[in-house]
Amino acid sequence: MPKMIPVPDDLSKPFWDAVNERKLMVQSCNDCPTLQYPPRPRCQDCNSENLGWKETSGKGHISTFMVSTDTRLQRRVPDQPFNIALISLDDDPRINFYSNLPGVPVREVPVGAAVEVIFEEVAPGQLIHEWKLVE
Amino acid sequence: MATQETTWRRDRTGLGVWPHQGKVAITGWGHSPVDRRWDGVTMDTILGAYAILAVRRALDDAGVKPEEVDGLLCCPDNMAGFNVAGPAGQWGPFRPYFPPPYDSEDGISIVTNKWLLSQMPELSNVTYTADDVPAIGEGMGYAAQACAEGKYQVGVYVYTANNLEGRYRRGGDNAEDHARGARQWSTPWGAAGGQDALPLQGYCHKYGVEWDDMMAPVIINEHRNGLMKQESDLEGWSFYYQNGASGLTVEDYINSRPTFWPIKIWDCDRPINAVGAFVFTTAERARDMKQKPIYVMNHNQGNTARTRSSQITCDEQEVANAMAAQMAYEGSGWTPRDVDIFNPYDGYSWFLPFFLEAFGWHGVGYGEARDFFNGDISVEGPHPFCSGGGNLGNGRTRTSMYIDSIQQLRGTAGSRQVNVKAETAICAFAPFTSSAYLCLSNVPS
Repeated sequence: MPKMIPVPDDLSKPFWDAVNERKLMVQSCNDCPTLQYPPRPRCQDCNSENLGWKETSGKGHISTFMVSTDTRLQRRVPDQPFNIALISLDDDPRINFYSNLPGVPVREVPVGAAVEVIFEEVAPGQLIHEWKLVE
Repeated sequence: MATQETTWRRDRTGLGVWPHQGKVAITGWGHSPVDRRWDGVTMDTILGAYAILAVRRALDDAGVKPEEVDGLLCCPDNMAGFNVAGPAGQWGPFRPYFPPPYDSEDGISIVTNKWLLSQMPELSNVTYTADDVPAIGEGMGYAAQACAEGKYQVGVYVYTANNLEGRYRRGGDNAEDHARGARQWSTPWGAAGGQDALPLQGYCHKYGVEWDDMMAPVIINEHRNGLMKQESDLEGWSFYYQNGASGLTVEDYINSRPTFWPIKIWDCDRPINAVGAFVFTTAERARDMKQKPIYVMNHNQGNTARTRSSQITCDEQEVANAMAAQMAYEGSGWTPRDVDIFNPYDGYSWFLPFFLEAFGWHGVGYGEARDFFNGDISVEGPHPFCSGGGNLGNGRTRTSMYIDSIQQLRGTAGSRQVNVKAETAICAFAPFTSSAYLCLSNVPS
C-alpha cells in the first residue's frame, strides 16, 4: 500500500522524529492543559507559544469511517477501495487521527472499537502512525 | 489573486442588523445554457460568450438599458482550473489558445471585468469595477454592499462556472508521492477531499440514522425541483432540464457508483460550464424597473469552523453551522419562523441535514432531518425545502439557490411556485462551515 510520504517541516520535525522512534507524541502547552494535533505555532486555547511535546498512550477509539473509491491521490489509486477511519485519542478525545485500519475489511469497520497505534514504513527511514484493533 | 478588501465583510456575530437593510435590490437575473463541459472548439459556447449572453439576459429581465449600467462585478475566481489555490488545481491536458479575444485564459476559463467590457461596448457608462470580487456566496453580498455604499447605482454581478476537458484536481500535489505542509496530516491516509463528509457519518452514528434512508428523499426531490422549469426559463439554468433528464429514482441513487462510500455520485453536484448574472440596484432605482424588486435584507461572509484536530467532527460542524445561522438571523432581524424560502447550498448532499437543523427551518431540531426529508418536502407541500433544486438538481452552477429565491419572491416560479407564503428567503453558496448567506425579501422592511 504505497502511502504518501510526509515531508517534515520546522514545526513537525519533532513529531516525525518521534514517530520514527515508534512514539506517538502530541503538542503540549506549557501554560495550560491543552494537547493538540496537528502541531500549531500557538496553543489554540491560550495562544501561548510556549509549547512542548508529550508522548501519548497510543490508545484510541474509532469514531466513524468512510471508504475511498475514487481518490484524487494518484499514489493511492491502486489501493482502492480502502477504509478511512477517524480515531479519537483516549488521552484527549478532541484529538483525532486518520487511519486506514490495516487488516480491517473494507466497510466492516467496528465503530466505537478500541484501537492502538502502530507504525508503518512509507519510505526508507520514514514511518507514519497507523492504528489497529485491540484484540 | 488580488488581495481582497476586507472591511466590507460581515463575518462574525455581534454586528447587528445590516444597516443598509432594504436599501439594495436585485432587479434582474440572466443565465447561459448549462453545458457539461466546454468542448474546446465551439466559440459561441465558451465562458466569455456565455458571460455576454447572461449579462444581456439579466439586463433584459430587469428592463435596464446597457448604458444605464455603471457597475460591473465579474468574479475572476471559479471552481477549478485557473486560480484554484495550490498546484492541485492544475487542469489536465494542454489546451491551445485561439485568435482574440480568446488568446489568453481570460474569456476561456475565467472572465474579468476588463475582458467583458472590451467585448460589450454597449456597457459604455461603467465607472465602477472591482477586480477582487469573490465567488458567488460572498460575492452577492459584496455586490450588495458596494451598491449600498454608493459605489454604483445599477450594477451586474457575474459568476462563471467552468468545466473543461479532463478531471480537475488530479494533477499538482495530488499526483506527487510526498505530502507537504498541511497535507502531511491527511494525505498519507488518503484523505484528500471525500473525507469531508465524515461529520455526516458521525451524525448518522450520533442520531442512529442510515445515510441512504436520510439522503435519498431529499436528493430525489432536488432533481425533481431542478426539472420543474417553464418556457421563460429558456434552457432552465439546469444541465438536467436542458438535456431532457427524466428524473432520479431512489433505486438510481442507492445503486449509483460510490465515490467515497457512503457518498455516491448523486450526492455530488455535477460540474458544468455556465454563467449567471444578477442586476443589483439601489432600492430607489428599483421602484420604476420592470420587475418586482427583491430586497437584500442581510449578507454575511466568513468561515465559522473551529476545528481542533485533523478532521472537523459532527459536533464541531453543528456548532459552526449554528453560528452561521445566528449571523444570518442577527443580520436580518429574523427568527426561523420568518423564513419562507430556504435554499441552502447542497453542492454536496451531506451539507443539507446540518444546514437545515442549524437554521431550525420549519422547526426542525437536531437529529430530525431524516424524518423531515421523509415527509412532504415537495414544492406543492407545506415544507418546500430547497425549492430551486440546488446544485444537485441543476448542476454545479451555484446560481440556482439565488434564482429560485428571486422567482419565488416575485411569484414567477411557475410550476415550482410554492403554495406557502413566499415573502422572505435565505439562500447561499455556503459550503462546509461558510457563513455566506444572503437574506432576501419582496418588501424592504
